[in-house]
Amino acid sequence: MADQKKPDEKSYWLDDRNNVKKLVLALYVACGLSFVADFFYHKHVHYDVENWIGIYPIFGLVACAVLFLGAKLLRTLFMRDEDYYQEADDD
Amino acid sequence: MIEFPPGLLLIVGAILVPLLPHVVRNAYMLALPVIGFWGLLVLPEGIHFGFDLFGYTLAPVRVDGLSLIFGYIFHIAAAISIIFAFHMKDSVQQMAGLIYAGSAIGGAFAGDLITLFVYWEGTAIASVFLIWANKSEHAYKTGMRYLIIQVGSGVLLLAGAILQFKASGSLDFAKMELSGPGPVLIFIAFGIKAAFPLLHNWLQDSYPEATVTGTVFLSAFTTKLAIYALARGFPGTEMLIWIGATMAAFPIFYALIENDLRRVLAYSLNNQLGYMVVAVGVGTEMALNGAAAHAVSHVLYKALLFMSMGAVLYRTGTAKASELGGLYKSMPYTTGFCMVGAASISAFPLFSGFISKSIIIAAVAEQGHWVAWIVLLFAAAGVLLYSGIKVPYFAFFNQDSGQRPQEAPLNMLIAMGITAFLCIAIGIYPAPLLAALPFPEDFQAYTTSHVITHLQLLLFSALVFTYLVKKGYYPPQLKAINLDFDWTYRRLIPNVIRSLGNVFVPADRQIRSAFLNRVEKFIAGVFRHHGPEGLLARTWPTGSTVLWVAVLLSLYMLFYFI
Repeated sequence: MADQKKPDEKSYWLDDRNNVKKLVLALYVACGLSFVADFFYHKHVHYDVENWIGIYPIFGLVACAVLFLGAKLLRTLFMRDEDYYQEADDD
Repeated sequence: MIEFPPGLLLIVGAILVPLLPHVVRNAYMLALPVIGFWGLLVLPEGIHFGFDLFGYTLAPVRVDGLSLIFGYIFHIAAAISIIFAFHMKDSVQQMAGLIYAGSAIGGAFAGDLITLFVYWEGTAIASVFLIWANKSEHAYKTGMRYLIIQVGSGVLLLAGAILQFKASGSLDFAKMELSGPGPVLIFIAFGIKAAFPLLHNWLQDSYPEATVTGTVFLSAFTTKLAIYALARGFPGTEMLIWIGATMAAFPIFYALIENDLRRVLAYSLNNQLGYMVVAVGVGTEMALNGAAAHAVSHVLYKALLFMSMGAVLYRTGTAKASELGGLYKSMPYTTGFCMVGAASISAFPLFSGFISKSIIIAAVAEQGHWVAWIVLLFAAAGVLLYSGIKVPYFAFFNQDSGQRPQEAPLNMLIAMGITAFLCIAIGIYPAPLLAALPFPEDFQAYTTSHVITHLQLLLFSALVFTYLVKKGYYPPQLKAINLDFDWTYRRLIPNVIRSLGNVFVPADRQIRSAFLNRVEKFIAGVFRHHGPEGLLARTWPTGSTVLWVAVLLSLYMLFYFI
C-alpha cells in the first residue's frame, strides 16, 4: 500500500501494478500453453480417463472450487473467536 | 571400527551440553549428528548389541534398508535444526532437541518392541520441553495436552507389546497382522503418533505453540518415526489406504482458512503424512519406497517451511497471516527459501516433492486403488493452494503490513540455505535418493506425460487462487480459530461432565441430607434413651435393685411351687 510506504524507501518491482499484471498474464499464458500441450504428445496413463483432453486442468479447477466452497462452509460452521479456548487465567 | 547404537550418541552427548561454554557448544552439538551419520555409513546390516534380559531376547539395533533411510534423514534433520538454533542459548531446549532427535533415531533402529517403546517414550518426554520452553501459561497447558497424548500412545504400545508377546512368544518388531488385541493396540499407538484422523489434534495444537527453533525439531521426528513404524509393522494393511486418503484430504480445508501460518503448516504436515500412510497401506515395494522417499523430502521441505515461518516469528513476533504481508522487501532471502519449500511441497518439477509424491501416486495407480488415487490428486492440487501459495503469499507478499523486519540471523539463513539446496538437489538429481531407498527403484519422474499433466494440475490450481484473490473471493485471513476435533476433549467432554455434575450434585446433596437426617434422628433417639438424662442411663439406687431382686426371687419361687 502506497500510504504505508516510508517516503525514502526504494520502490520494488512488485510495487508497480503493471508488473503484477504482467505476472498474472504470464500465468494465463502458461495455463494456455499447458492446456494446448495435450494435443501434441502421447500420454502414458494408468486409467483411460486420463486420455481425455484437458482432464488434468479441469480436475485442478474443480478440485480447487470444491476446496474453496468446503472451506467457506467450514468457516461458517466452525469459526470462533481467537481466544475461544483461552481460559481466564491464561497468559 | 568402533560401532555404537545409532541415536545413543546424541542422547548421551546431550548430557555435556550445559557444561560447555556457548562458543564450543554449537560446534559440539553439530558434531554429534555428523559423527552419528558417519556411524551409520560404517554400520553393517543385521542385528547388533542383542542381549537377553529376564529371558526376553532384545535387539536394540537392527540395521536394514528401511531403518537406514530414516536414520539418514533424521541425522540430517537434527543437524539442520541445530544450525537453525545456533543463536539460542537455552541449554534446556538444546538438550531436549538432542535427546528428542536421538530417541527418534534409536526408534528407527529398534529391533524389538520393548526397545521401540523406550525410544517412543523418549521422543514424547524430550520433545515436550520444546513446547514448555515458551514459558507461557498457554504453552504449559498445550504441552500438558501433548504429553498426555504422546505418553498415552507409548502406554498403548507397551500394552500391545506385552499382549503380542503372550500371543506369539516373541518381542520381535516385524510385520504384524491386524488381528488380536496386541497388534490392534500397537496399531492405535502408531496411529496416534502418525496423527490419524480424529487422533490428530495434538499436532495442530502443539506445533504452533512450540518455540521458534523447537517447531523445526518437532516437525521432523515424531510423525516420521510413526510412519517408519507403520511401514515396518503394518505394510499392506488395506485400512491404511482409507485412513491415509482421509488424512490427505481433510486437513486441507482447515489449512485454507487457518490464520496462524505455523498452524497452516501443521495441517499441511498432517496432509502430507496422508500420502505416506496410503503408500504404506498399498504396501508394494514401490509404494514403500515412495513412503520412504516422501518421508525424506517431506522432512526437508517441511523443516524449510517451518524455519522460514520461524524466522518471520523471530523477527516480527507473529506468524499470523492477518498481521503479515510485504515482508519480502526486508527479508528477501527468507522469502526465497520459503518459496523453495513451497515449490517442493507442491511438487513442482525440479523440486523434491515432485519425485517422491510421484512415486506414491504411481504406486497407488498401479495397484488399481482409483479412489485413493483421485483423492491424492485432489490433495496435490489443494497443497498448492494453501501451502504452496498461501503461506509465502500472505507472509511475504499480499498487502504491505508496513513492517520492515531485519533479515533472519545468519545461522538461520545458513540452515535454510542448506535445506533449500537439498530440496532442489533431490528434484534435479534424484539418483542418490533412489539408491538409498529400501528396495531397488528405477522410477522415472521426468516423463513427458507426467511433467505436463502435473504442471497442468498445478498451474490451473494457481489460476483459481489468482482469480479468487483478484476478485476478492479468497477467504480473508481473519483473527479467528476454527474448531477441530479437539473441541470434543477441550470443550464437549468437560462441559458434559460439568452439566452432569449440575444434575447430580443437587440430587446427591438431597440423598445425603435425607440420609444425614435419618442418622441425626437416630442419634437423637439414642441420646434420649441413653444420654445423661436418658431413661436407660439413669443410675439406680442400690435399694431399688435389692427390691427388684426380691421381686424376681419371689416370682421365681411362686412359679416353682406351682
